[in-house]
Parts: sequence; structure tokens; C-alpha cells
Amino acid sequence: MAGVLTFAESRDGQFKKAAFEAVAEGRRLADEMGVPFTALAIGPDTDAASLGAYGADRVLSAGQAELKAYSNESYATAVVAAVEHSGADVVLMGATAMGKDLAPRVAARLGAGLAADCTALRLDGGSLVAVRPVYSGKALAEIGFKTPRKVVTLRPNVFGVKSLRENADATVEPLAVALGSNDLRAVVEAVVAAAGGKLDVSEADIVVSGGRGLKTPENFAMLEELAAVLGGAVGASRAVVDAGWRPHEEQVGQTGKVVSPTIYIACGISGAVQHLAGMTGSKVIIAINKDADAPIFSVADYGLVGDVFEIVPALTAAFKKALNR
Amino acid sequence: MNLVCCITQVPDTAARIKLAADGKAIETSDVNFVLNPYDEFAVEEALRLRDQNPGSTVTIVTVGDESVTSTLRKTLAMGADKAVRVNAAGVGPFDAAQIAAALVAAIGKLGPLDLVLFGKESTAANDGQVGPLVAEGLGLPSASVVVKLTVADGKATVEREIEGGVERVTLPLPAVVTAQKGLNEPRLPSVKGIMMSKSKPVTTEDAAPGEPRIELIRLTRPAAKSGGRKLGSVDELIAALRDEAKVI
Repeated sequence: MAGVLTFAESRDGQFKKAAFEAVAEGRRLADEMGVPFTALAIGPDTDAASLGAYGADRVLSAGQAELKAYSNESYATAVVAAVEHSGADVVLMGATAMGKDLAPRVAARLGAGLAADCTALRLDGGSLVAVRPVYSGKALAEIGFKTPRKVVTLRPNVFGVKSLRENADATVEPLAVALGSNDLRAVVEAVVAAAGGKLDVSEADIVVSGGRGLKTPENFAMLEELAAVLGGAVGASRAVVDAGWRPHEEQVGQTGKVVSPTIYIACGISGAVQHLAGMTGSKVIIAINKDADAPIFSVADYGLVGDVFEIVPALTAAFKKALNR
Repeated sequence: MNLVCCITQVPDTAARIKLAADGKAIETSDVNFVLNPYDEFAVEEALRLRDQNPGSTVTIVTVGDESVTSTLRKTLAMGADKAVRVNAAGVGPFDAAQIAAALVAAIGKLGPLDLVLFGKESTAANDGQVGPLVAEGLGLPSASVVVKLTVADGKATVEREIEGGVERVTLPLPAVVTAQKGLNEPRLPSVKGIMMSKSKPVTTEDAAPGEPRIELIRLTRPAAKSGGRKLGSVDELIAALRDEAKVI
């Protein structure tokens, strides 16, 4: 038997955007393969039926209390139980902090090959081919599988959710998971939100990043204001993170995060190879730099050459007006 | 403590990547290979734990051909005690499961473990699988993308980076952790360290990597961004975003 199973990640009962993307892509792939599609929700308090809007007709809900807090071993046990129950041979999930931690354990237990952080999936003569960036985005690898079962994680913000089905509640089936003695030995005890509960650069639709051209850490306030107007997140180049101006979780690039927002605004960033590796997957790139020859302009859809201290406040004012904020 | 740190080498982060003619590998002739940047955090953390816990040893383990020896020497120069190189023959490109199988076999010979450390991913394969796969292979608990680590009373308490914050996990030892930037500031090898590293043991062994699980069909170049139209004003930019890119 064949089928596609998507694990739809939730935290505190709320599905993540990456989960909706993985459900929608799972549905699309299952339709292309001509096989059944099943979604899996883990943890109590999820609105599993709501995944219907993203293409799931059937959701397995592993809602027992022991699965409220994440442990890679207990969640791997739950995913494997769902695979056995549904007969799926392809497992998808988001390449989030949880998905990247969980998927290898799932793959190991299924004896499956795993393609991580993929940006496209296709069928080649009926065989699944996963496309994933390697060398920090400097090349793409097309990966085929040599195992009957296959596990794939999907890079967030790449697949998107194309259309929502209205009033399409999924059928929810409870899934009882028999946990092993090791499954709960390393359970998450607490989640500590970053100061201000700010949006993560890897999840934001709009990222406003700053580099050394900002001159001082205080000048990032200007980028925070622009990001706030746009409902986006602030990112940073390696140079300013290494200088201690910004926390490392904001770093975009080869030793930071890879982002693919709808709009990426690079302010005072020259565009070192290491930085470009982390953001060229953005849909629209805007570069603001005083040096007209800066490499960042070679990847930017739109460039503004000039003083970042004049352009950014003007841009903030213009967006406020254009967006009525 | 018996501390094991698994490392790999990667093209220097500033390297321009050129694809080989067969599309199955990269041109390595002009590329300078270095210790994977995330592995530096793992090595540093292992060294700190060793220094806080007298009688501990740090063993570096890698899967690779002879070209990885100079990278192993760098970790010994940083202060690691010994290194094991597992022959890579038979490991397919980017096949994390094969690398993990070879590491599990080699680590299994190092006696009772306390902690096995990895970088969170290599900047070549970018998949972050090997650490958790080795944990699964050794039957150990694991936490990936760790930015804080405290070891006491047979337990490791870690903070792992998640979207918008961190989550705290306590792992009974032995355990596997993968290191993220922010965990520490890696030391540079000292001159004395470099001298001493020359007499530290590097052993080589063979391990069966097992069956391949994936196949690299080919490498391609990402679609080049067409790049660069420079605009004259902020108003032109807003108009372009609204009318042309249609993103606002």
C-alpha cells in the first residue's frame, strides 16, 4: 500500500504555518501519485479538523496527554505509528526546529532515506525526486531515494498555501500511541520566548536586515520601526552579529538562518557570499546601499543607491502611507 | 567524562562553488577545506567540559578520506586528545545515513560514553541529520541546535533554538547534542597547541557504511537572480512593489 502522510506541527495546540504548507504539499503530491493522503496531528488541544481547509480529508490525531510537550523520541514513535496505521510510504513535515530534530529519528526507524530542507518535490517516471539546497544555497542537489519509504522535510515559506478549501473539515480519527520506556526521557520542560515575543526571521514574510552600513547598534531602531510597519522581522549580517550588535538568532546567511520571505530588504549590507547564501531564495529583494557596485545589487530585484539613514526613514513613511498604517 | 566530538570538513565559507563536469560533485581543485564552522562550537564545548571535569578525554571522530587529516590536526591543536578517522570508501555523496552508520560503529568502540557532540549541520550538506541519526543508532537521547549546555549530576540541561525563542530540555547522560552558533566562542589553536598536536594519536579504521538510502541524481546551479534594476526614489520603489511585483 502507498500513501502520503504529513505531520502537521503544532505548539500549544496551534498549527504552525509550516504545517499548513506541508499539508498542502502532501495533498498535491498524493494527488499526483494517485495515492491516499493522511495528515497527523500530535498533542492534545489541536483543532485537527481544521486541516481540511489545507487539503486533508483524513487526520489522525495522537492527542494523549503525554504528547503535549515535545520529545523527539515520543514524537518519532507517534509518526511511525501513523505511518503503520495509514500505510503511507512518503512522510512529509516542515523543516522547522522541530521537524529537523524529529525527521532523522523517524527516517532511522522506518529504514527510510531522508531529504532535508527541500525546496521542490517532483515525480520522475513515478519516482520521487527531492530538490534541496546544498553548499549553503550555492548549489541544488536533486535527490532520489533507494528505500521503499521516504522522509522529506520542506523548507518553510517556500511551498506556500495556494488555495484554501472553505468549510472543508477533515475526518478526525484518534490514534493511540504506545510509548516506549525511552520515549519520555528528554521532554521539553519549558519554552522561553525571545524578548518581546518577536517574530523569527525564518518565519517572517518580510525581513528587514541590517549590516555594517548601519554604523552603530542603536541605528537598528530604524530597521525595527520599518519592520514593525510591515509586520516583519529584523535580520542581521554576520559582521554585526559577530560585533555583538545583534543576537545570533537574527543572523541571515551561511552560519545563520536561511530565509525565503516574500520581501527581503537589505540595508547597508554589501552582500558577502556568506550573506547571499542565506537570502537569495527571497521572492523580492530590495537593496539599499551607498556603494552602487556593492555585490548585493547583483541579486536585488530593486536597488536604491544612497544614504541608508535618509532612505530607510523615507521608506518607512512611504509604506505607512501606502499601507494605511 | 568520555567526550566524543564528530566533525567534518567543508569548503571555506567564502569559496565559490563550481560544479564538476559530471554534475555529481563540486570541483575541489581550487577549494580550501576547513573545519565545519558549527563543529568548532562542538569542539570548543567538549574542551570546556573536559577542563571542568578532570580525568576527561575528548576524542574527535570523522568519516572521510586522507584529505581530512589536516582538519583533524586542527582539532587536536585546539586541544582535543586523540582522533579517529573512519575510511569513507563506499559512502555516497550526501548520504547522511551511511555516514551515521559508520560513526555509530566507530563510536561504539570508544567505551562507555558520556556525551557525543556534533555541529548542528555541515555547511556543505546542510541537512543536520547525522547527529540525530547517530543518537538513534546508539539508542541515546538527543537535542539539536543547542545554544546553552550545562552538565551536572549525570544530566545535561540544554537550551535549543526554536523559532522565536529557545526550549529547555534535560537529557540523562549519555546523550547526543548538536551545537549552534552562540553556544560559546571557539578558541584558535595556540602555537603550543599546534606543536603538541603533532604527537597526538590519529588512528584510522574501516567501517561498513551499510546500504545507500539516497542517490544524488545531479547537482545544479540555483537559478541566478536576474538582478538589479536601480530605482531613483522611494516612491518608484513603492510603485514597483505594488504594480510590478504585486507584493504589497
